[in-house]
Amino acid sequence: MPLDFLLEIGSEEIPDWMIEPALEHLKGAFTKLLADHKLKGGVAWVDATPRRLVVQLTGLPKGQKDSVETVSGPPKSAGEGAAMGFARKMGVTPEQLETVTTDKGEYFCFKRKLVGKPTGEILAAALPGLILGIPWPKNMYWLGKGTPRFIRPIRWMVALLGPKVVEFEVTGVKSGAATMGHRRLAKSKKPVKVSIKNYEQKLLENFVVVRAEARRRKIEAGIADLLAGTGLRVKPDAALADTLCYITEYPTPILGSFAESYLTLPAEVLVTVMRHHQKYFSVVREDGSLAPHFIAVMNTESDSEGFVRAGNERVLRARFNDARFFYDVDQKKPLAERVADLKHVTFQKDIGSYFDKVKRMETMLAGMDARRACELCKCDLTTDMVKEFTDLQGLVGGIYARAQGESEAVAQAIYEHYKPLSMEDSIPATLAGQQLALADKMDTLTECFRVGLIPTGSKDPFALRRAAQGAVKILVEGALETKLHELIASDALKTFFEDRVRYYFRDCKGYAYDEVNAAMACGWSDLKDLAARLEALKAVRPTEDFEPLAASFKRVKNILEQAAFTGGVIDAGQLTDEAERNLHAAMGALELSGLGYHEQLERIATLRPVLDQFFDKVLVNAPEPHVRQNRLALLHHLRSEFSRIADFSEIVTSSN
Amino acid sequence: MDSFQQIIFKLKQYWADRGCIIQEPYDNEVGAGTMCPETFLRVLGPKPYRVAYVQPSRRPADGRYGENPNRLYKHQQLQVILKPTPADVIEQYLGSLEAVGIDLKKHDIKFEEDNWESPTLGAWGIGWQVMLDGLEITQFTYFQQCGGIDLDLCPAELTYGLERLAAFLQNKESVYEIEWAPGFTYADVRFEDERQNSVYNFEMADIPTLWKLFDTHEGECQRLIDAFRGLAAEDAAGRARFPVLSTYDHVLKCSNLFNLLDARGAISVTERVGVIARVRKLAVGTAQLWMAQQAPVSPEVAA
Repeated sequence: MPLDFLLEIGSEEIPDWMIEPALEHLKGAFTKLLADHKLKGGVAWVDATPRRLVVQLTGLPKGQKDSVETVSGPPKSAGEGAAMGFARKMGVTPEQLETVTTDKGEYFCFKRKLVGKPTGEILAAALPGLILGIPWPKNMYWLGKGTPRFIRPIRWMVALLGPKVVEFEVTGVKSGAATMGHRRLAKSKKPVKVSIKNYEQKLLENFVVVRAEARRRKIEAGIADLLAGTGLRVKPDAALADTLCYITEYPTPILGSFAESYLTLPAEVLVTVMRHHQKYFSVVREDGSLAPHFIAVMNTESDSEGFVRAGNERVLRARFNDARFFYDVDQKKPLAERVADLKHVTFQKDIGSYFDKVKRMETMLAGMDARRACELCKCDLTTDMVKEFTDLQGLVGGIYARAQGESEAVAQAIYEHYKPLSMEDSIPATLAGQQLALADKMDTLTECFRVGLIPTGSKDPFALRRAAQGAVKILVEGALETKLHELIASDALKTFFEDRVRYYFRDCKGYAYDEVNAAMACGWSDLKDLAARLEALKAVRPTEDFEPLAASFKRVKNILEQAAFTGGVIDAGQLTDEAERNLHAAMGALELSGLGYHEQLERIATLRPVLDQFFDKVLVNAPEPHVRQNRLALLHHLRSEFSRIADFSEIVTSSN
Repeated sequence: MDSFQQIIFKLKQYWADRGCIIQEPYDNEVGAGTMCPETFLRVLGPKPYRVAYVQPSRRPADGRYGENPNRLYKHQQLQVILKPTPADVIEQYLGSLEAVGIDLKKHDIKFEEDNWESPTLGAWGIGWQVMLDGLEITQFTYFQQCGGIDLDLCPAELTYGLERLAAFLQNKESVYEIEWAPGFTYADVRFEDERQNSVYNFEMADIPTLWKLFDTHEGECQRLIDAFRGLAAEDAAGRARFPVLSTYDHVLKCSNLFNLLDARGAISVTERVGVIARVRKLAVGTAQLWMAQQAPVSPEVAA
């Protein structure tokens, strides 16, 4: 009967964000372990709480099957002496050797019997290395210098193969059959003996919900109960929900409140305090406005006496009071009076201050609103609010600008000028905001490249890739007339941007890589135009004539390259063959001016039959030089005239 | 309800019962209990040690003239060092909360990742901030490196924020309302301290004087480090009696002066990194001296 295996690595509290990658790794490591040892079975599930990583395998055999390994020796022609030597090496007599015939001749060989190992033995030998092999972003030692490292100290381990303990030791901890319950709610502080079958049940009785999904549902159901009938709902926050799932073993949400008077503070500030500092969900009314409540998730069963709620409310009050203090102090010196203070805020030591940065950005901007917004956009870096809540840079500037009587357009542009923060994020909504955000990003890129801060591999401390992708996204989605190449100051930055443009259209917009290559080959400075060309190309690609036409263009390109032909005049009178005359006529008849890209491509695709016919009937490399020159000129003309939307030869087709 | 001092007595008793030496606060200005030689130097090397002490910790930039209910120029930390770390360290820690009257079944306790690092001390560790009903009450750190030196044993450092803990236990909105002793509030004992030091730190501290003091202490510290390094290899007695602890006092002076200059707004962002590096060089140098002095056979002191 196939066996199950359960491993629980009991540790001190693991940082929540590291848990899922660790589980992914464990899953892969166990799958590989089984394959390497030719064991049937697989990973049934992996899951975790902050204090335990759990893996269950299923369908395992009792042990490996016995097998025979053939070790080949010297060729038979090498004679008796060689056979003796080989037999000695194998630890057998020459009589026990056999021969095997290969295409190189006859060889001595020895068929060694391998006795299969019990599964438990294999696991016991492999587990210490497997557990310590989990890669962690930052690990530690705790038993002294030179001892093994792990994310946090390992305190216990459960390792059961069927009913039996798989015995091994890691960091001085011996595996066993006993787990630990919740730190405070467990029935006893002593270890709890478990079997594979009752593992989850026993833990639940000791207030540990092993499955993250079950904890998530417990949180969601708890919140639904708390808010039922109140007309309130939580502001959805998937990342916060993930965090809470992995910092609790027995999550229970509670509803807390704060005084209405705090709602006069900017909602962004309140939400940031609740979310980032206290890990609370914000609560909103039906109209989406912030309500004076929050949801905290406890790692315990209940708050029957209200201590936890009162404690959290007290902490939040103190934090909100701080925020109010910052807000009031900040208003005493408006943003407009803080411009000179930016001289003392370093952007980067070799690049200079934010004051310098803003001055450079201003030269890139024309509109009144954009220029005013630019002047003020970094001033919030000197405010107490942003010093305390750095994530709110930009937002605070926008909120303050509005409160201090700047125009709505200026306030909005400042508010949004760090956008897009990711490829999923939207670009600034207003033109002034888009221009300001673009100027900010281009300045950062230009200056960082100027002083040699160029991203390499995974190292990109100034998030320059994100800045460049953000610039691309703004140019495309804002449909700005600005030409990217006019903003680029160096070849290195141009190469960098080429990759980012490619990335944006391929990975963010879902275009095939060859479509992106084909369209970019015809230019990528006007990104709005590039986007339009790509859209047309993608639409036409599935049509019947397109890919064969693309294949022919590839052929045209190869012929021109082989001939090193760079252009010439077509002499219509010298077109001797009917097929080439047809092609020439069809090219001449193709009226493209005034058409959109899509229609142009459709018309170009109609060249397919005459082009096919041309290659069928006409020998380009004709013996007579002037005929050959003329045909090359015809093809060159075809390629240059009709490859302005995309270089079709870049399209990968089944025929090339 | 326990007074502030009663809470401290209980915590000290709890850790004394678990083998800790109860030390008194260090008599030099420090920014945190970690900087006291009882932690910074004692965590180095292979000798086991257990100690607990209250340390008034000065953070000039956090001063608020006694007007902010939760921010203080000088707050009190209870610092516990367990070297090496016992396997049940977290249970022991939770026991200390129960010892001051917190029923953990009625409260919410969470361990949230928070790795500690001190660039000026060349020290870092891995750990958590311990959250009690959403309030950070303790920093829990497994020390990994100090003075740029990997630690032989891996001590656990527990740092309790005593004002926060007391305000929580006494259910006070402001630290100044905490009852320090029967009939005396925290404000009675410490308000003037907060107000006057804020005035000095933010308004009256003379920047050129602070820089001069910084340079002086730095020079004296470096002179001592160099003197130790200049001792003859066979001069075991000279090394044994060398004033490493006095050398370290000058590191602490520099660190405090750096904090004062920072609060005074006298250090630009660009300069900051450089000044931190100067203090760090002294801290690392002194840690190496300590190791060399402790070693039975003195190893080469790194230049």
